[in-house]
Amino acid sequence: MIEIAKLCKSFNEHRVLDNTTLKIETGQTCVIIGRSGCGKSVLLKHIVGVLKPDSGKIFIDGQETTGLNDKELEPVRLKIGLVFQGGALFDSMTVGENVGFGLIEYNHIDRKKLSERIEESLCMVGLSGIQNLMPSELSGGMKKRVALARAICTKPEIILYDEPTTGVDPITADSINELIRELHDKLKVTSVVVTHDMKSAYRIADKIAMLYDGKIITEGTVSEIQNTRHPVVYQFINGLAQGPITETMGCLK
Amino acid sequence: MIESMLINVGRKVLAFLQFLGGLATLVWQSFYWLFVPPLKTRRVLEQAKRAGYDSLPIVSLIGLFIGMIFAFQTAYLMQRLGSEIYIASIVALSLVRELGPVITSLVVAGRVGAAITAEIGSMQVTEQIDALEAMGSNPVKYLVVPRLLALSLMLPILTLYADIIGIFGGWLICVYKLGIPSRLYMSVAFEALKFKDIFTGLSKTVFFGMIIAFVSCFEGFNVEGGAEGVGRATTRSVVWSFILIIAADCFFTALFYFIFP
Repeated sequence: MIEIAKLCKSFNEHRVLDNTTLKIETGQTCVIIGRSGCGKSVLLKHIVGVLKPDSGKIFIDGQETTGLNDKELEPVRLKIGLVFQGGALFDSMTVGENVGFGLIEYNHIDRKKLSERIEESLCMVGLSGIQNLMPSELSGGMKKRVALARAICTKPEIILYDEPTTGVDPITADSINELIRELHDKLKVTSVVVTHDMKSAYRIADKIAMLYDGKIITEGTVSEIQNTRHPVVYQFINGLAQGPITETMGCLK
Repeated sequence: MIESMLINVGRKVLAFLQFLGGLATLVWQSFYWLFVPPLKTRRVLEQAKRAGYDSLPIVSLIGLFIGMIFAFQTAYLMQRLGSEIYIASIVALSLVRELGPVITSLVVAGRVGAAITAEIGSMQVTEQIDALEAMGSNPVKYLVVPRLLALSLMLPILTLYADIIGIFGGWLICVYKLGIPSRLYMSVAFEALKFKDIFTGLSKTVFFGMIIAFVSCFEGFNVEGGAEGVGRATTRSVVWSFILIIAADCFFTALFYFIFP
């Protein structure tokens, strides 16, 4: 279970997370929606310990992770796989080396087992046989899939996805959604997906939470969100130009 | 007018202090992670190849030209005094004590340091540094330590190589242009060199290598704003490396002057 309690984070006076509180049950797929730049990715980076909060706490399976140093965070990070928005594949390494990076770095795994695990992970994302390609030879959709293979190669209990369907065509987006669902069902992992793609959110979520002004303003099942009466959530999920979100911004009125 | 000037000066001072503070933190972290096992020798060797072996062509060319130019310039004066033979000792001493270390370091700062900043900077803007951290790999240990070791090991070797090539450049001019016998040039050049000349010349390059590694990695980690930011950081990295290398050279020259009078 992931528990985020009263998390606050500011960058140069700008408060991105403001007492953000959210609970994600084990095995659940939670989709966090919100406008671009509202702090969704920042929240994910706090969960994996790449960013440290100004205040507030994060508990992963009951263990507080916010106060841990790099060494203490190691076992926690091994439990988590993070899929970055642009893939964040290491350009100096082959696809195979990228996928097996976590295992090569930390586990003394023999070569045969390592290549089996890499092949297995790539096969799960439908890309077997491309171990020797370089990331520069891949398309945007393939990069996202390889990033996903890298995240699942260490067999994590939690997978965090940062905008997995952004920047790919609708068919690839749908196949990524299907993949997320499949991985969730097969590996029984807890998934946290950050997106502003509502179609994707409805397709994969057990629970949807909306981040707005640094706070989780609503959370509920897909049907609860679809039938919401909250004006901010209503405007966002229906993609309306007029409404409370744009009124407070002023410039888009 | 005065107020805005003061604000500008204040900002520049703050930015400089931030640079120094950030650099000092990186130095501390790098030495800490240097001694935390395991040390991946494959990564150090990879960087050593990039910094050392791949720099050989440019170091050869520049070393050769510097040696030749220096021989010509010295010949201009020595011919007037009728003591051409001392060109050999002047070329050898100047190259080994000063020109070889400084020129090689500046070349490496421009070639290798700039590449390091651009590489780490691109990794920063494409979230690869975050990915490293998210997978439990410390970016300082993974990226800075191998480059620090490679540069501080390879720079003395490259300098020694540049010294030899430079002395050869001087030999070309003395033998083929000024008609000094080859054997005489060699004996005068190597007789002039003492152990302390070679030691002081090479030992300071270990520190110059560290300067290049720290500055270029630091600027790379602090890239903001995409491709434009990478360009700006690369320029800053080369400029700061040049300034710090020359400043450090001034310090070491003074220090060695007192230690080995």
